[in-house]
Amino acid sequence: MFSIKNASFTFAAEDHQNHVLSDISFTIKQRSSCAVIGPSGCGKTTLLYLLAGLRQPNTGSVEIQGNPTVGTILQNYGLFPWKSVNQNIGLGLELQRKPAGLRKKITAELLKEMGLDGFGDHYPGQLSGGMQQRVAFARALAINPDILLMDEPLSSLDALTRERLQNLILSFRIIKGITLFLVTHSIEEAVFLGSQIIVLGEKPGRIKHVLQNPDCGDTAFRKSDSYFSQCRTLRNMLEESVNGTET
Amino acid sequence: MERKRNIIIAALVMVGIWELAAFLLNTMALPNPRAVVSHALQMVSDGSIIDDLLISCTRAVCGILLALLTAVPLGLFIGAEPQWRRRLSPYIYLLYPIPHVVLLPLIIILFGIGNFSKIFLIALIIFFQIIVTTRDAAKSVHQNYYYAMQTLGATRLQIYRHVIFPSALPKIMTAMRISIGTAVAILFFAESFATTRGLGYIIMDSWGRADYIALYSGIFFMALLGFFLYLLLDIAERRICRWTVVH
Ligand SMILES: Nc1ncnc2c1ncn2[C@@H]1O[C@H](COP(=O)(O)OP(=O)(O)OP(=O)(O)O)[C@@H](O)[C@H]1O
Ligand SMILES: [Mg+2]
Repeated sequence: MFSIKNASFTFAAEDHQNHVLSDISFTIKQRSSCAVIGPSGCGKTTLLYLLAGLRQPNTGSVEIQGNPTVGTILQNYGLFPWKSVNQNIGLGLELQRKPAGLRKKITAELLKEMGLDGFGDHYPGQLSGGMQQRVAFARALAINPDILLMDEPLSSLDALTRERLQNLILSFRIIKGITLFLVTHSIEEAVFLGSQIIVLGEKPGRIKHVLQNPDCGDTAFRKSDSYFSQCRTLRNMLEESVNGTET
Repeated sequence: MERKRNIIIAALVMVGIWELAAFLLNTMALPNPRAVVSHALQMVSDGSIIDDLLISCTRAVCGILLALLTAVPLGLFIGAEPQWRRRLSPYIYLLYPIPHVVLLPLIIILFGIGNFSKIFLIALIIFFQIIVTTRDAAKSVHQNYYYAMQTLGATRLQIYRHVIFPSALPKIMTAMRISIGTAVAILFFAESFATTRGLGYIIMDSWGRADYIALYSGIFFMALLGFFLYLLLDIAERRICRWTVVH
């Protein structure tokens, strides 16, 4: 389980302060998932940085129980251009000084799972955006995480690959028991993957709505009536939160 | 292939211009290239130039390596550690514009008139060229790369090894390219006094004796030395920075 309590975050520039997040609190239970959705620039990436410990909140706190391994997929993938696909994927294991044989084995498996067979020796600069995204995905999975933090991990993929990977992400939670936190711009993706969906509003980013989504957790959910009605509910919440800030 | 062909064409054009200039000026101070090259070849076949060539090459290479081994680690450190950058950059700022050759008398008093003084002088001048470039390269590493490393649990040392150093490498290579030209120029200067060996000495000695063919042979070998170092660097760069070639 991990939680964030009364957190706020401000970027301090020389002449002004940019209040990005204000009074954010929520809890993600173990083996559950949380999707965050909201307009561009509302602070979703910043929120993920707080959870990942890459930035510290100005007030409030982030609490994580136990000592879980956290895998992270950053918004622009964060791949290293000077490392090949294989080296990128295996980097986490290399940093942990895992033996090269194990590294190779895991890397090869993930390469296959991501449909990147044969691209192991390419450099990120030689791959399309969607392929890079899958490499970032593989790199986060290689360290066998208990918690997966993802910032729009599927945004550049074609519809079919995207659905396949959504199913894969879902299976991580159901089969491997990985706790998920997902930033997305897609209403459908949020409903399919988030057992709890948080709607962020703008300036400063604060939680406008929390939608509980207990039926998520099955690939068949995608075709069910409750899925469509949840999508509609979420859409209304989003529209309301955006219109709310304009007035 | 095309690149090689173009280099050969350029070399032929320059020899042609030299030939033409020698013919038009018709002065002892500019012998024609055929006379110079045949004299140079003879110096190789009778072995009289080998010693000087080797000693000059050693001095230049040692000078470059000494500069590299000190300037790169220090430059990476100053660039990547903001507190140290603020503290140490003023020294570079103040020391860089000084024409370091004027320190020669001091260097001779400290290290004598042997080889080390010459190597030290070369290293000193190149040191500043490399450290400034390396520092700026290390400073400009994008925050996202640090974040990506942090999410994988990297130590500071691992960040140096996997991110700061490799991302700075292409710029270090460019700095070295410029440094080779400087090294050969300083080598000539350092060998023009207090020594009886090396290509610089050959050039100054032949000049003193008004033996222009020998003088130009010396210049020819000096140019060859610079070209050889350049070639080595080119090969090294294409092996080490393979990822920059793919774009
Ligand atoms: N390094 C930074 N320095 C100053 N301000 C920043 C910085 N990074 C982000 N911001 C500001 O913080 C706000 C939130 O940015 P953030 O990246 O969290 O948005 P986001 O919700 O992830 O947007 P998107 O959906 O476009 O990815 C933005 O208004 C941005 O101007
Ligand atoms: Mg973002």
